[in-house]
Amino acid sequence: MYLNPRIEQKIVRTVLWLFTFITVAILVFIIVFILRKGLPVVTWEFLSRNPIDMGKSGGIFSTVIGTVALTLMALLVATPLGVGTAIYLAEYTSENRITRIIRFGAECLAGIPSIIFGLFGFILFVTKLGFGWSILSGGLTLAFMILPTIIRTSEEAIRAVPASFRQVSFSLGSTKWQTVSRVVLPSALPGIVTGVILSIGRSIGETAAVIFTAGSVLRLPSSVFSSSRTMAVHFYILAREGISMSMAYGTAAVLVVSILVINLATYYLMEKFIRRYS
Amino acid sequence: MKKHHLARNEKLTRFALLLIAFSAVTILAVITIFIFVDGTPIMFRHGVKKFLFGLDWYPTEQSFGLLPMITGSLMVTLGALILGVPFGLACAVFLTEFSSKRLRRVIKPVIELLAGIPSVVYGFMGVVILVPFIRDTLGGPGLSVLAASIILGIMILPTIISISIDSLLAVPSTYRDGSIAMGATRWQTVRMVMLPAARSGIIASIILGMGRAIGETMAVIMIAGNAISIPNSILAPVRTLTSNIALEMGYASGEHREALFATGVILFVIIMILNTLANITSAKRARKK
Repeated sequence: MYLNPRIEQKIVRTVLWLFTFITVAILVFIIVFILRKGLPVVTWEFLSRNPIDMGKSGGIFSTVIGTVALTLMALLVATPLGVGTAIYLAEYTSENRITRIIRFGAECLAGIPSIIFGLFGFILFVTKLGFGWSILSGGLTLAFMILPTIIRTSEEAIRAVPASFRQVSFSLGSTKWQTVSRVVLPSALPGIVTGVILSIGRSIGETAAVIFTAGSVLRLPSSVFSSSRTMAVHFYILAREGISMSMAYGTAAVLVVSILVINLATYYLMEKFIRRYS
Repeated sequence: MKKHHLARNEKLTRFALLLIAFSAVTILAVITIFIFVDGTPIMFRHGVKKFLFGLDWYPTEQSFGLLPMITGSLMVTLGALILGVPFGLACAVFLTEFSSKRLRRVIKPVIELLAGIPSVVYGFMGVVILVPFIRDTLGGPGLSVLAASIILGIMILPTIISISIDSLLAVPSTYRDGSIAMGATRWQTVRMVMLPAARSGIIASIILGMGRAIGETMAVIMIAGNAISIPNSILAPVRTLTSNIALEMGYASGEHREALFATGVILFVIIMILNTLANITSAKRARKK
């Protein structure tokens, strides 16, 4: 069968447009569905009170605190490691066998499923090192998960800083490290922050790795050695054990709103960063 | 004196950064060692063959056949690819070749948002919408290979779309211009010039999407039904390797727990093979440039 190329082109264009439209529609549907069912549940009370009776009533305050604590712990560990790696890759070396090994390691780490991180964190942190189910165990496990993201985005940001910045700094007699710490890093900061915010998004939504390392205790954590339940884990337990659908929708809405805010923030920062250097 | 001091500091900084730079590789090595040390002894004790091809999983009676879970993981992953690849490629081609730049700037962040939604939320959407729909229209329990495939297909879209877009944009524009100048239509250019030129990147995106589908846990637990048997239709429930670990980790002990680590070993090996394949294909592309 012969089709006129022009007609063929029109048909293909329409089909491709339709596929793209469906993809976007699915996303919009998910978000609108969760927000419509969940937002009416989200009140100040819901956010500021602890769960009562396994989460049947009350709020989600302790799980919000758990999420924040775990995410902070992960960032505290992963940001220095990730940014340090990026500085080394972008400023202190050229492409050679060592950088290839480092990059391969980071890429593989990015591909490892969260349940494997969960298993690993459980053996090493929870049992072998004796941290138990705790914010410390969960935070360290999450730190390992988000490390590749921070490395990749920081390296891109550092490489985007124009070479002339470095040349000027060197010509004034600065050393390599002075140039990196006082010229390159401040200029790359918005890009680095973008990577950090993206990692916050990943930490907030993570469930499989967290449930086996941080546990699922509903009490408010008192130290880094307390077990704590994150919002994502709380949502999973509420929905899976059928404890309360309305509480589940409410928690999901808070999760989705956080992710929306995080993505908007990264998008805004990225745009600003790109505009500055191009 | 001061100068000497500075030079020594520089050397120290460089060394410290090199150490930090090895953190990712070190972590990868430590994870590999821990999973293998805890997971492989039991496989050799009971026979690797029994683990890989055994049909019965009664961990408390020392019967550790993982074939149903391996088949399950492969089935839902294949299903996810059948749905996700056409949609993902269509979006990538539409956004790079047929849409205005403005539309791309609106749609691309929206698709990246798809990647940010937590997997439990996808699983939940499956439970409240997709599973009842499948049960009512197609029959069966609803919790099924089909439900898991559809949700995973949606979850791998951002991976496939964003990497494919990058590799399509990386094709030199002279290729496109040359083809258009010879009188080819846009679609002919895409089909005969752009897609072949971007092939290795697109293949890498599909391999990475596959890795994401095989490794997904929470969404699959919620919608796949988790029955331990090789499904005889796409409407039958299924258990994947990841679900097997997550479902039983909470209460397992002794050999049972070791068997779950063995499940992790198998999953880990599959993922590392996929990662290496993706790495090789994208390295090929880099060399071509």
